[in-house]
Amino acid sequence: MTNQASEQSGDPAFAPVLSLDNITKTFPGVKALDGVELHLYAGEVTALIGENGAGKSTVVKTLTGIYQPDGGQIMLDGKPVHFPTPQDAADAGVTAIHQETVLFDELTVAENVYIGHAPKNRFGLIDTKAMHAKTTEILNSIGAPIDAGIKLKDLGIASRHLVAIARALSVEARVVIMDEPTAALSQTEIEELYELVNKLKAQGKAILFISHKFDEIFRIADRYTVFRDGQFVGAGKINGVKEAELVQMMVGRAVEQLFPKRHAEIGDEVLKVVGYSHPTEFEDINFTLRRGEILGFYGLVGAGRSEFMQSLIGITRPSKGVVRIDGTVKVIRSPADAIQAGIVYVPEDRGKQGAIVDMPIFQNVTLPSLHKTSRDGFIRLAEEFALAREYTERLDLRAASLDTNVGALSGGNQQKVVIAKWLATQPRVIILDEPTKGIDIGSKAAVHDFMSELAAQGLSVIMVSSEIPEILGMSDRVIVMREGRMVVELQGDDLSPETLVRHAVGIQTEGDAA
Amino acid sequence: MTHLKSRETILFGAILCLLLVVATRFPGFVAPENLIAVFTDTSPLIILALGQMAVILTRCIDLSVAANLALTGMVCAMINVAAPDLPVGVILTVALAIGAMLGAINGILVWKLNIPPIVVTLGTMTIFRGIIFLLTEGKWINAHEMSPQFTGFPRSDVLGMPVLGWIAVLVSVVMLVVMARTTLGRSIYAVGGNPHAAVYTGIDVGKTQFAAFVISGMLAGLTGYLWVARYSVAYVDIAGGFELDVVAACVIGGVSIAGGAGTVVGTLLGALFLGVVKNALPVVDISPFWQLAISGAAIIIAVAFNAQSGRSKGRVILKSAEHAQ
Repeated sequence: MTNQASEQSGDPAFAPVLSLDNITKTFPGVKALDGVELHLYAGEVTALIGENGAGKSTVVKTLTGIYQPDGGQIMLDGKPVHFPTPQDAADAGVTAIHQETVLFDELTVAENVYIGHAPKNRFGLIDTKAMHAKTTEILNSIGAPIDAGIKLKDLGIASRHLVAIARALSVEARVVIMDEPTAALSQTEIEELYELVNKLKAQGKAILFISHKFDEIFRIADRYTVFRDGQFVGAGKINGVKEAELVQMMVGRAVEQLFPKRHAEIGDEVLKVVGYSHPTEFEDINFTLRRGEILGFYGLVGAGRSEFMQSLIGITRPSKGVVRIDGTVKVIRSPADAIQAGIVYVPEDRGKQGAIVDMPIFQNVTLPSLHKTSRDGFIRLAEEFALAREYTERLDLRAASLDTNVGALSGGNQQKVVIAKWLATQPRVIILDEPTKGIDIGSKAAVHDFMSELAAQGLSVIMVSSEIPEILGMSDRVIVMREGRMVVELQGDDLSPETLVRHAVGIQTEGDAA
Repeated sequence: MTHLKSRETILFGAILCLLLVVATRFPGFVAPENLIAVFTDTSPLIILALGQMAVILTRCIDLSVAANLALTGMVCAMINVAAPDLPVGVILTVALAIGAMLGAINGILVWKLNIPPIVVTLGTMTIFRGIIFLLTEGKWINAHEMSPQFTGFPRSDVLGMPVLGWIAVLVSVVMLVVMARTTLGRSIYAVGGNPHAAVYTGIDVGKTQFAAFVISGMLAGLTGYLWVARYSVAYVDIAGGFELDVVAACVIGGVSIAGGAGTVVGTLLGALFLGVVKNALPVVDISPFWQLAISGAAIIIAVAFNAQSGRSKGRVILKSAEHAQ
């Protein structure tokens, strides 16, 4: 571990309100947190920085009692504490405003703010009057002129966010965690949020601010802490650090050759996308893809990569743009058209969008290829079985019988079923969205190996990934997207962790045409 | 699959037990000719339940089947009154077509307007009954107004079983083939099992649900003629509330209300179970109220079974959610 900037908080008299000390959290096959530390101080904003998968969300869940750490200690005012349930964390004054705010549309603002801990009158019933008065008071304190009596569904996104903040403050909060609070906000709303953060600081609250956006971090944070791959990398005061140093810390691993990228013969152009745009999600996407090539799509979560891919395969309609396969224009209006054109998409959420667990393996595998094994709408079982067997064997899928329901298989095998399903359509282009997200190292290597093999066999691969080592290790070329636009296309010597992150977060550096 | 098969075995066992218990008190009940009579009596329920199964498998529900039956039956009866010499084949075709059309209305509303199926079919259920009233001003069409060939068809005997029973057999076989061996059947399971995944594999979810509603409507229309002919009477309220028996038959037969799981054989057994209960209890002198209680208990037991098999699925999802962290 390289501690480039581990200068710990200067003033010893200024003790942290809340500290995480050597916290470890392991999930089956994944070490999400590995001995991390984090210190939050009263009246200060600490920014938690890290790539996707660095362990930020796990820390939030540990702090709020949703996860229990396997090792290490949480300290409140210097005393060890445990948060066995979210309620315990709330009672201790630790409260979080989550990425996706959890609120109830059909309840009033006051009911949302006080749900679970509503003030009671002497008969033990909810004291509506007191609840409304207190809610109004909190809303006023954060400068939000919202009527406590109206239903949440009648509010806009920004106001809902303020209600979520009011809810966080309704318990006597000492520590406020904001998990990417600006992700869904417009520029003016963000300004209002900054003002609110300043008010909370003035009230002496310790704030943990999680964000990807560097301008935001430098604007609002007093301190920073950087995590990488579940490990603590460094911490310090914001005004003593440069952007470039933070980027270094975020990505600064030696990029090991974990990746079995084999040499593949790169052939003729297979796919050409010109001017692909969508009214709200992405704009002007242009690229070509050759036979045997692996094209990486990098960007932060929410950069519009998956949205673009879903449009490319006909789930959503683009407002304009042309797709050519082997030089021929293809009109893709539905996933069936895309499959016909030879483009298949293996979605990120394989649980929800991949396998059909109540169906046997062979039926899952043949689902998109049924037209090949049927005549006039009638399925030929022998052909269907043969097709399923061919592709499951190619992937070395181990199951008692192809008649086994997919739900009975392990996660890794379910994934093989999903991939077999797509290969059975004999595609020209396969789009893999976060192909190794949430799987252990061993399975990752297998997926990478397999991806190489596909490319070597002449398939063109588009890989959407938020993991820099994977992008660098596997891609022949990389397109970086930010806020729905293609920022840059990189290859060869231009590819480095720093350039990727710089383009993805949108830092302009001199000598670099961003 | 293994779950379903064991459930079907259990259901089959339950039906046999029921028959055995009844046989000890009243041996005549299990005589072949009586069993055939029970099967024939259950045939409308079987036909409707098989259509309903297709709909429920796609995560929808069709509450309008009984109203569709009544409306189509009434139209068939009116055609018969107007043109008594029209051959039964034409009447059957008309019944299938009208039923399919009414089902298509449900399907279009679900597919194109994205209205929840329970709301759509609750609406069309009332509308269909209302249309019967508009057509007839509440008047009945009675036996003497219908032609003998019209009323005689479902009752005519072929190889020891009335045509009505044979039609249930035929529909079962056709549905067995459709569900197991056609791309439509496979799509129906896929849409109910995981609509998101189905979209990515190129299946049009709405269109598949539409097709299921058409199947259900078509079978309801067919049953409409058979019902009116068999009982030789048509009026606004025939088969009132029968949609609930139909849904019950599916649920008892192991069709998951959450969609994606259920079989033709299971549904058939579910309908037969209800049919045997309905026919056996009066014979052994048990009050009809018990009949309701037994069907009710059977539904709850069946749903509990479904919940059990669904539970492990929930665990897997949670685990993968944890992994995704």
